[in-house]
Amino acid sequence: MMALRRINRSLLYVVLIILACLYLVPVYVVVVTSLKTNSAISLAQMWNLPSSLSLSSISAAWAQLGPNFMNSFELAIPATLLSALFGAQNGYALSKWKFRGSNVIFFLILFGMFIPYQSVLIPLLRVLDSIGLYNTIAGLILVHTVYGIPITTLIFRNFYAAIPDEIIESGKIDGTGYWGIFRYIVLPLSIPGFVVAGIWQFTQVWNNFLFAVALTNPPYQPVTVALVNIAGSQTVQWNVQMASALLVSLPTLIVYIFLGKYFVRGLLAGSVKG
Amino acid sequence: MKSWTNATLGTRVTMRRRFSWDRFSAVATLVPSLILLGVFVYGFIVWTGYVSLTNWNSFIPNFSFAGLQNYSTVFGTFRFQSDLRNIVVFTAFFIMGCLIVGMGLALLLDQRIRAEGLFRGIFLFPMAISFVVTGVIWSWILNPQTGVNLILKAFGWKTVPSWFLSTTIVPNITLGQIQVGIPLALLAVLIAAVWQMSGFAMAVYLAGLRGISEDIKEAARIDGAGALRMFWSIILPQLRSTTTTIVIILSAASLKVFGLIYAMTGPGQEFVTDMPSLNMFQTTFQGDQFAQGAAIAIVLLLMIAVFIIPYLISTLRQNSSS
Repeated sequence: MMALRRINRSLLYVVLIILACLYLVPVYVVVVTSLKTNSAISLAQMWNLPSSLSLSSISAAWAQLGPNFMNSFELAIPATLLSALFGAQNGYALSKWKFRGSNVIFFLILFGMFIPYQSVLIPLLRVLDSIGLYNTIAGLILVHTVYGIPITTLIFRNFYAAIPDEIIESGKIDGTGYWGIFRYIVLPLSIPGFVVAGIWQFTQVWNNFLFAVALTNPPYQPVTVALVNIAGSQTVQWNVQMASALLVSLPTLIVYIFLGKYFVRGLLAGSVKG
Repeated sequence: MKSWTNATLGTRVTMRRRFSWDRFSAVATLVPSLILLGVFVYGFIVWTGYVSLTNWNSFIPNFSFAGLQNYSTVFGTFRFQSDLRNIVVFTAFFIMGCLIVGMGLALLLDQRIRAEGLFRGIFLFPMAISFVVTGVIWSWILNPQTGVNLILKAFGWKTVPSWFLSTTIVPNITLGQIQVGIPLALLAVLIAAVWQMSGFAMAVYLAGLRGISEDIKEAARIDGAGALRMFWSIILPQLRSTTTTIVIILSAASLKVFGLIYAMTGPGQEFVTDMPSLNMFQTTFQGDQFAQGAAIAIVLLLMIAVFIIPYLISTLRQNSSS
């Protein structure tokens, strides 16, 4: 009986390890190809380890992507901060100060998270153009901030719902008003909420492709568009393509590796009914 | 305003609900977001709908009324009919794939594994990278001349799949202008998509599994339920609302799929991998046919709304009753 259970447990680990390796196959391909030189690339030897390690592909990729990296950072950081701020204020209002119709308002806000952005793209383009923000990073910041409000509101509303109402009540009894309670009671407790919303938004904005490709032209394009241009080009070797893919993924992967727990919380924000 | 009779004094008392600066502040806080979303979401959707009813199909804006002309034109094209077939097939198999893989992974990880965090991290990491990165990488792994086919050939396969270059559709039933069935090229896209998103289903299922009360499971065990029985009759029903949540969210993501297709396969030979989102983009920005593009966008929106609106209403109703 014990032997059977031990075999079962070992089998479990074997299966998990095989599955984990399968999921990591693309990582292997990207890393191995990125470390090969131009001359070592051959379709027939895709799976082979590099005969000699070289950083030439990665530096070639960086030469092409570097400027776009700056664009993406200039875009992602402000957009993340702004939409998180909006989300915190909205979440606070909706979770702690329920009024008639707050559910309807919440619904109207949430719906914005699910729409296909193709359904707003044409007017968005005309409006951005008319206020001079087409083909600018500032325009993209505006776009990502606005369309990020629904998810950050959801994250903060659920986060603040977990703060006991008694804390708010005691603030009211003390005579502190709406903003006082926010500043002195709620905000200090909000750090995890900001981390979750921040990580989630940074990932979404950095990885976004549709707005990036529709609303900018070179040289203002974020990295995702640059990557697709590199990958679609006939003249670029695919070791440089893989190195580009590697570079583009690094920021969000680093965030994921070090702050993964908060990433998962963001993911589960709207999903798990508590 | 409430009024009642004071029992002691016998007089009528009226109390006006005190205007609360606090409640006013709460609403006032929400107003900027509501205005922004009112314009950028709802206003723009209406505007797009308006454009879809005009004749604006060239570079120069033309807002003369066209009725539903654009819709009938679009629905009559080979490309859009293929899109509808593709999006239905893709969404169905994508959701099934993610549910099955996600559930399987969650069940495996729920067994009190050492290094559970590490495994969970590995299965979930694809969600942190962009769809276009996924598309670029998998377009090489499933490139018929290399990648997976090299391994298959090493195992002795004589004929290897042509993956996303295949134009085969199974079965081949003619309907309208297109062949109805499953385009085999979508299999490649599905592999990439399930790789990317199954971690999400796994994470939500894992949380759901952990939320099932031990008492129910213990009672079933005492009744002599084996592992399979336990799964079918106890665990699965308890996970019904979790499954619904995953299905809804994955459907929305699947119907919107754009970057993955753009980066991995493009529309494909005979439009076997084309999707409404890509169609709308190329129609509008490369073909300058804004009104037709708007029509495609509205159809896409309606397809998603059918899922999302009932889901949001029921979720919010549950929230307010709890």
